[in-house]
Amino acid sequence: MDERVTLYARNLVKVFHTRRGEVRAVDGLSLEVHRGETVGLIGPDGAGKTTTVRLILGLLRRTAGESGVLGYDSMRDPFAIRAATGYIAQRFALPPDLTVQENMRFFANVYGVPRHEQRDRIDRLLAFAGLLDFRSRLAGHLSGGMKKKLALACSLVHNPRVLILDEPTLGVDPVSRREFWNLLNDLRAVEGVSILVCTPYMDEAERCQRVALIAEGRLIACDSPAAIRRQVAGELLECRPSDVRRAKALVAELPGVLEVQTYGPSLHIFVDRADERRAAIVAALEAAGIRCRGMRRIIPQMEEAFISLLRRRQEREHA
Amino acid sequence: MPEPAIIAHNLTKRFGDFTAVDHVTFEVPRGEVFGWLGPNGAGKTTTIRMLLGLLRPTEGYARVVGYDAAKQAHEMHFHVGYMSQRFTLYQDLTVRENIRFYGHAYGLRGEALRRREEAIVRMAGLHGRGDPLTANLSGGWKQRLALGCAIVHKPQVVLLDEPTAGVDPISRREFWELIYAMAAEGVTVLVTTHYMDEAELCERVGFISRGRLVALGSPEELKRTQMRGDVLEVAMEEPERGLRYLKSLQATGRLPLDEVALYGVLLHVVVPEAERWQERLRRALEEAGFRVQHVAWIEPTLEDVFISAVKAAG
Repeated sequence: MDERVTLYARNLVKVFHTRRGEVRAVDGLSLEVHRGETVGLIGPDGAGKTTTVRLILGLLRRTAGESGVLGYDSMRDPFAIRAATGYIAQRFALPPDLTVQENMRFFANVYGVPRHEQRDRIDRLLAFAGLLDFRSRLAGHLSGGMKKKLALACSLVHNPRVLILDEPTLGVDPVSRREFWNLLNDLRAVEGVSILVCTPYMDEAERCQRVALIAEGRLIACDSPAAIRRQVAGELLECRPSDVRRAKALVAELPGVLEVQTYGPSLHIFVDRADERRAAIVAALEAAGIRCRGMRRIIPQMEEAFISLLRRRQEREHA
Repeated sequence: MPEPAIIAHNLTKRFGDFTAVDHVTFEVPRGEVFGWLGPNGAGKTTTIRMLLGLLRPTEGYARVVGYDAAKQAHEMHFHVGYMSQRFTLYQDLTVRENIRFYGHAYGLRGEALRRREEAIVRMAGLHGRGDPLTANLSGGWKQRLALGCAIVHKPQVVLLDEPTAGVDPISRREFWELIYAMAAEGVTVLVTTHYMDEAELCERVGFISRGRLVALGSPEELKRTQMRGDVLEVAMEEPERGLRYLKSLQATGRLPLDEVALYGVLLHVVVPEAERWQERLRRALEEAGFRVQHVAWIEPTLEDVFISAVKAAG
């Protein structure tokens, strides 16, 4: 196997048997993470992201296929994988009635870090996470952003080469999320840690080296953020019509319009050539008695690409 | 003119020495979609709890749909809907059982309840799917069901506390369509969110930082009035290394950079005057060996405004 590969899944399948029959939560998924790379796992709710992570960690038994971390097989060596991997589970919460220092010590003991190494390592990680001054504060009294940084520090206490993070910044404000990602980038770029991270935030997906978009348990795209953004066909116009629903139906029928997405009061219109089509769209809306504020060209971001890729896939399946 | 749907006047809550909400004053007119924004721990949820009459203010008052929230919480309750950060659904009840449970709690019976049940199942996109256990729903459906349960009694005001946290982009958009459909019917919506693209969708927003209201207005107004400088967008190779480099320039004072931050793969740099610094910024990066695609003077995003307002408030 390619020695750069630190984590992999190959044709991975997980079938859950429920009272209503079989559910294929993961359906032939293949994925690799290389050393010093961050791969973002994104997809709609229920797409199989968390199940994939649990299969790779060996917390769930796979139905078919293969997966492993750092040369260990997920099913044969789950304990070796846990010893070599840092993991933050979804909605993971640290014991709130332990201090920052006690939490770190607790995890150091769980992972079997020798006593004489603990002090140095904990100091280094607290400095890294910007938590040195909060060492004796109860974890329950930290701000949301600091709790997440402490969880990251705890997951690193045994010097793992691979980090697996399942929505690690859920419910955190944008400034704290950005700080958290600066830490992840240092780990990756400076220490060469490999990171697999599930995230619902598309601005975070942009910060990954590669993004794996999954839906219904299958991989539908896996590439650099720039390459995924380029897969969106056409150019993008945004405006705020006085009647979004009517405007959407009307614009969808105009020449040169490839796709129309709504977002609250605003309309995102994919067209073949923005500069040519803009005036005709405004005119058509006005002729129908729809006022249209702030028509402008915008650059498609990961979010538009995500929606566009999923929609095209749905259309193909129903065709 | 009718009284605004929500009035907070000098609203204050102290817990011991700690002031969670500090003399906050704002109004939300009927039918408006109002964003209530701020960092974690800034006092957003404490404000909502006072608006709901669950917490008594230490000072000031809140009025919602014409009732004093602290003194007339019971009467007010029939006109206000609330969806919390953690969806308050019973996992072991079915979808319809959850709706009926909340309907009963608000005193709905018989035909009126059946009509609302149908309307909510339809709104949540769950019709034609049988009546599954709530535990078996995925995130987006649970979220729409939670909203349905919060509005089963057709409230005039709806308070949504981070309703879209952790929900995928498609579900988030569908959810915002529901918000605007409610507003079109005259419902007043107060919503908290950490997604700044969602904040841009609100008609007006209030920023709260350390318990104080630091900015209030429409997204367009705030972009004009709250920024202390101009925003330059930098597209470059190795943006993360670029970020570190610009931070070092900022620290040594070589360039007057108010703020340097990464937005996805783009850098936003706040400078006193765009025209004066645009070219110098590009040159500084290129002299350090970076490959720069463009340095553009852009309209600030609400996230730039948010950072600027929170910083200015200290």
